[in-house]
Amino acid sequence: MQEYRMHLMLCAGTGCVSNRAFDIEKAFNRELEKHNLQDEIQVVDTGCQGFCERGPIMIVQPGDIFYEMLEEKDIPYLVEEHFLKGRPVEKHMYVPKEGDDPIPKLSDIGFFKKQKLIALANRGLIDPENIDEYIGREGYSALAKALTEMTPEEIIKEVKDSGLRGRGGGGFSTGMKWGFAKNSPGDEKYIICNADEGDPGAFMDRSIVESDPHVILEGMAIGAYAIGASHGFIYVRGEYPLAVERIYKAIKDARTYGLLGDDIFGTGFEFDVSVNRGAGAFVCGEETSLIASLEGNMPEPRVRPPYPAVAGYMGKPTNINNVETWANIRHIINRGATWYSSIGTETSKGTKVFSLVGKVNNTGLVEVPMGISVRDIIFDIGGGVMNGKKFKAVQTGGPSGGCIPESLLDTPVGYDTFAKIGSIVGSGGMIVMDEDNCMVEVARYFLAFTQQESCGKCTPCREGTRHMLDILTRITEGKGKEEDIDILLEMSELIGSTSLCALGATAPNPVLTTLKYFRDEYDAHIKEGRCPAKECKSLIQYTILADKCTGCTLCARDCPVDAISGERKGIHIIDPEVCVKCGICKAVCNFDAVRIES
Amino acid sequence: MNLKPEDLKKISEKMEASTNLRSGAGRAKITVHMGTCGIATGARDIMKAFLDELEASGQKDILFTTTGCAGLCSHEPMATIEIQGESPVKYVHLTKEKVKTIFKEHVMNGKIVEESALGRGSERVG
Repeated sequence: MQEYRMHLMLCAGTGCVSNRAFDIEKAFNRELEKHNLQDEIQVVDTGCQGFCERGPIMIVQPGDIFYEMLEEKDIPYLVEEHFLKGRPVEKHMYVPKEGDDPIPKLSDIGFFKKQKLIALANRGLIDPENIDEYIGREGYSALAKALTEMTPEEIIKEVKDSGLRGRGGGGFSTGMKWGFAKNSPGDEKYIICNADEGDPGAFMDRSIVESDPHVILEGMAIGAYAIGASHGFIYVRGEYPLAVERIYKAIKDARTYGLLGDDIFGTGFEFDVSVNRGAGAFVCGEETSLIASLEGNMPEPRVRPPYPAVAGYMGKPTNINNVETWANIRHIINRGATWYSSIGTETSKGTKVFSLVGKVNNTGLVEVPMGISVRDIIFDIGGGVMNGKKFKAVQTGGPSGGCIPESLLDTPVGYDTFAKIGSIVGSGGMIVMDEDNCMVEVARYFLAFTQQESCGKCTPCREGTRHMLDILTRITEGKGKEEDIDILLEMSELIGSTSLCALGATAPNPVLTTLKYFRDEYDAHIKEGRCPAKECKSLIQYTILADKCTGCTLCARDCPVDAISGERKGIHIIDPEVCVKCGICKAVCNFDAVRIES
Repeated sequence: MNLKPEDLKKISEKMEASTNLRSGAGRAKITVHMGTCGIATGARDIMKAFLDELEASGQKDILFTTTGCAGLCSHEPMATIEIQGESPVKYVHLTKEKVKTIFKEHVMNGKIVEESALGRGSERVG
């Protein structure tokens, strides 16, 4: 077999696939064949490469040439120019901002430069559906090392010494957790991978499973050997079809090679996994609810202790870790605890994957060393706020997290540093908000989410979040009362301290942090009936500036409720009684004549 | 089929060329210039000749790539050979026979084939 001389690493993560990556692939194969290049150049589907904002993306190797926003119609030209004639095409290269020169190489692009990949080490470099490619990048060598050279105690010590903490949001020492499960009496034990990623805007776990499914299986097998389990479950969100498909393929291939099953590597160790698909309940991301769901019961949390390490699945000792935690294991075993713990800060070791979303230029998936500042993530990697707007806050840790204001942007990323300012690292969502976001509305939005997802078991969470949501809704409608703030604070404290699981315990976080850092916005709503960000519909009015309106009639024609009147070439007027504040008039106006007042 | 730990190494070796190509790791890099001028004077045959040599040698740590016109169209077909840690050497007026010699002498043994070489180094960029 002659080796391919060139590999086109085409991103086939969910983001790029929904941007028609598979059509692009077909076009490439068609064009390559047309030029008789099909035996020289190979198109490889990879998992998510992180730069989702610019998808569909592709990296050409060798050469490290990065192409973005590929379109089917441009493929014939690209194939002819670059692959036949050797001239990389500038049109699809990354341009940092208008007027800059295009940057041909991936390694020179700011978004990628500051990242440090451990959990995502294979991203963009392998075909996730080809087990040989995983093995080619040291895949399963950590499992071989663990099974043939290490005792379970040594493995647990290594993981503990590495300082790895739960990446699902808990932040508990992974090594200690394993130790508890190992030391719990019982001859039947279980391992679970929590891939039920439910935070709005978070997609790191999905991307890991999609781009490198074997890393999960290898991590779980090592964990199973360490605690003495022979069966594992992967509990994956039902809404992640591509992740499910790839994990099934990975399991099948691992079984064929005997990397799952009986007598792995001839050591007598036996381990296999099964996949369970979640049915869409957010609370299943909480470990005891997830276990209840696996057992076929209602997904509701239960009192801890006993912890799952003592009594988990079917009452047996169970160790449950999140996808990203599992993805770190093989590197810790291969490269050692000393190496891993040299990365990060005193109390937060290693790296963390964040899904960077919201009003940021470079939306995508980033992996950074712990200790990097939030500012570096948003401005250096993320390329700053979209459309030149002013940064207001970043919500970290999903609906259970808090909003970090501009003044705290230099906070280093870490479990304890984030806790100190009222937020959490959580599973790694990072939602950037700009000056147009009303922070009361943000708090209301997240609370509406947790309220809806509350399983209903604990009264404070079930009833309390409902009551808080009512108050917040009232405030955004301009009907807030001065005493509302005190009630919100009191209820936050109560719900936080009396809910069984983290869903309820952390639900008030967005309210608490916005009250702490953006109290003036609450006051403006309550005392002045005004929304400073001009987002709350009940408190704003659209008007047309007489000196700017040219009477082009565009707004009147586009208004869905016919609220705008005016003659051609005459000044137009919006009827506030009819206006539904959809914002279309402002969006279509070419003369910047529509203003929002509050 | 149950793999043994040593089987992982065999699979890795089988995948080595692929893995190296994607991570840009290699002890030598062969670049064939394939601008219009290069193609017109037979750069594709030169490319094929290099690929054949590469395959016959069984070497996995040599990267092969193509690029555009080097700016010296009258001397095409051209190729650049870069041994890791040394300055790149440009070869001109290539033929299949010259490719054989260059591969054997320079790529495999590190000896520059003076009679086909234009010179050492590349233009500075920027």
